[in-house]
Amino acid sequence: MSDEFDKLAQSLRAATPSPDETRKAANIAEAEKIFAASQGSRDSARQTLERPKRGVLMRGLDVMLKSLSPRAALGATTAIALVGVALILPTLEVGAPEVVRDVPKPVSSMDAPLEEALATPRQKSTGTATGGLMSMEPAPAPAPSADFEFEVMNVAPGGNNGTVRMYSGQPAAELGDVQMRAPLVDQFYAPESTSEAYPEAETNPLKVTVEDPVSTFSIDVDTAAWSVLRNMIEAGQLPAPETVRIEEMVNYFPYDYPAPGEGSAFRTGVTVADTPWNAHTRLVHIGIQGALPDVEDRPPLNLVFLVDVSGSMDDPRKLPLLKQSLRLMLGELRPEDEVAIVTYAGASGVALEPTRAGDRATILAALDGLGAGGGTAGQAGLQEAYALAEKMSEDGEVSRVLLATDGDFNIGLHDPDALKEFIADKRETGTYLSVLGFGRGNLDDALMQALAQNGNGMAAYIDTLSEAQKVLVDQLTGALFPIADDVKIQVEFNPAQVAEYRLIGYETRALKREDFNNDKVDAGDIGAGHQVTAIYEVTPVGSPARLTDPLRYQATADAGSDELGFLRLRYKAPGAAESRLIETPIVEGSETTDDMRFAFAIAGFGQLLRGGEYTGQWDYGDAVALANGAKGGDPFGYRAEALRLMRLVGTMAE
Amino acid sequence: MRDMVSDETLALAAADGDAEAFSQLLSRVYDRVFALGFRLTGSRAEAEDLTQDICAALPGKLRGFDGRARLTTWLYRVVVNAAHDRRRRAASHARAVEGWGDVELARRAEADQTREQLGWLAEAMQALPDDLRETLVLVLEPLSHAEVAQIQGISEGTVSWRMSEIRKRLRALKEAET
Repeated sequence: MSDEFDKLAQSLRAATPSPDETRKAANIAEAEKIFAASQGSRDSARQTLERPKRGVLMRGLDVMLKSLSPRAALGATTAIALVGVALILPTLEVGAPEVVRDVPKPVSSMDAPLEEALATPRQKSTGTATGGLMSMEPAPAPAPSADFEFEVMNVAPGGNNGTVRMYSGQPAAELGDVQMRAPLVDQFYAPESTSEAYPEAETNPLKVTVEDPVSTFSIDVDTAAWSVLRNMIEAGQLPAPETVRIEEMVNYFPYDYPAPGEGSAFRTGVTVADTPWNAHTRLVHIGIQGALPDVEDRPPLNLVFLVDVSGSMDDPRKLPLLKQSLRLMLGELRPEDEVAIVTYAGASGVALEPTRAGDRATILAALDGLGAGGGTAGQAGLQEAYALAEKMSEDGEVSRVLLATDGDFNIGLHDPDALKEFIADKRETGTYLSVLGFGRGNLDDALMQALAQNGNGMAAYIDTLSEAQKVLVDQLTGALFPIADDVKIQVEFNPAQVAEYRLIGYETRALKREDFNNDKVDAGDIGAGHQVTAIYEVTPVGSPARLTDPLRYQATADAGSDELGFLRLRYKAPGAAESRLIETPIVEGSETTDDMRFAFAIAGFGQLLRGGEYTGQWDYGDAVALANGAKGGDPFGYRAEALRLMRLVGTMAE
Repeated sequence: MRDMVSDETLALAAADGDAEAFSQLLSRVYDRVFALGFRLTGSRAEAEDLTQDICAALPGKLRGFDGRARLTTWLYRVVVNAAHDRRRRAASHARAVEGWGDVELARRAEADQTREQLGWLAEAMQALPDDLRETLVLVLEPLSHAEVAQIQGISEGTVSWRMSEIRKRLRALKEAET
């Protein structure tokens, strides 16, 4: 397998030609000319004051803006609020990478939303950033002064469409300068096609079954919206309604859906239940559970945890979280896997000799015994860990060193390259390195990344236990590997039973009816063990909750079936071109579980955040009550966290 | 002599109006930009045009460089975006799609073995959808998954998933051959 990959890498390198020298010279000359021409306006502007370094910062803003999705932009506003920098103004694009990076919470959620960064037209991002800002408490603007890097930004009244201009205290020439830049940058990034879906789509409208009996959408296992929401709420802000994505909120939580039978990629469960927010409608809960294939063909793992126990790790978000994370991971190992722990601080030492994962008690005891204190001597620890890993390695086994640190990695060597070489060497011998970062503050991201990359591993940042769950557990169980591609759902409602229906969430995932059978149309993928939940609210025929009047001349629907509808699900086996079809009728009679009630509570909560168009008198208090009653086991505390956030929003909304 | 100066320092100086720094930086990165352009598009002509576009836009774009990210990360994002841009333009669409066709490669291949290898490469690259191909090219640059994620505006997990998907597809390709 890696043969093919290496072959590709090599061929690609070999195939790459050198650039044409003549064109190179011409292109460079042309660029120099453009550069010189663009300096003219700048030089004249520069006469007024010495070039402030802050200009660079501001330019950073512009770049970030271009790459920010609305959701990311909202995250950025949160961040900015936290560091106490005020940006207020009518139309403003926001985001300063430098500032954001130093902020403890929102950053972790920034990565995921960036997923859509490039796909999102810029214009749109302006709008939402503004929306986010509006909800911010405007901080008083300090007097313009040249002493701070990032104090006040001012947008001239009637500014041209959101272009950020510089410090109000500066002469007009400087402002003009900034204005001049915009077209230069923009011409490369001309507004692109507007056919892409905006993340902040309108709430799915109510559909009348006789007119439009078929609903089609793509599944979505993205859960980033939840983290964004969490960060906003914790910073004391309510999210802009259109940024709330209910399906991502619902899908964030693990549910205990029955596992699929032997040989099936997944199992679809359909349940019809009471609607918490409306006594006269019903909810159709669709729960899809992906198979968790046996990881039997994976060779036994040898894991050496290299744990930083230096003084700086003595923080609830560091060592204790690290211990919990490792404990979480332990549950996913197979008994024949081996685990060892090496610590490093003032002196490095082996805290746990190689132990079979089956011997949980010994491992847990060693984990519990870890305590923080002393300085950091990373290199000795690293060598120790590698030595241990090599000792554990037998033929065909994979050894991996997991370095867990807050990044205060005093390597003893002043040459990071030497360290990288050391790690790369070890990779050749079959030992890999992954780096897990904990806590913010002195986390040296670049070094961590470099180390992990040279060790052929990953670097991940863990700020919450859920993140640990996602990074450690999911990686191990192979959730990164899809079990089904292009999963589409189509529901046909029976007009004899259902007068109206409405899909809750999935606004951005709608597909055309004919796309369902078209295998060329892309849809969401599902990974090993993933779950997807979709909820419809349906109004039975004859229900007083019906919002539309029945048509007088419409033929009466055939009442021959008591099915509410029919669920069709299409998916492709990974890599396959042709899809397969799973069909399930939607009927009353299944039991409503706590999982479903919790999903309903979250869906209701999301709808309230979006404005509660269909939720009537039902409020945050009701959502909390429903969720609280359906918390279930909640092994990772996700649901408790949700409850806390719901209560917070409840008090904010009062 | 500025040979010892980092890309980032040069870029910041250029962003601040230093023409010499700009020239030096551009000659430093030109070949890398071109190579990446070629790997993304699979066509020499396309890569030349792309590089020209980028050269022309760089003076303006550089002002947006904040000095915190590695210059290469920043620059690769510019290249990837520019490649997107070109692909979107209807006129060049057909050409770009044919990019990893074998004409260009076969012409340059001399020994039979090389030709075979290049044919295989073209086939493999063509078999990949644009987004996977982009990820692959960036990872092979080599860049870390986090950097690739940043450049492509996707999550690190997606990068890892894409890489596994690429391996899988390569394997499938191999199986199809035998």
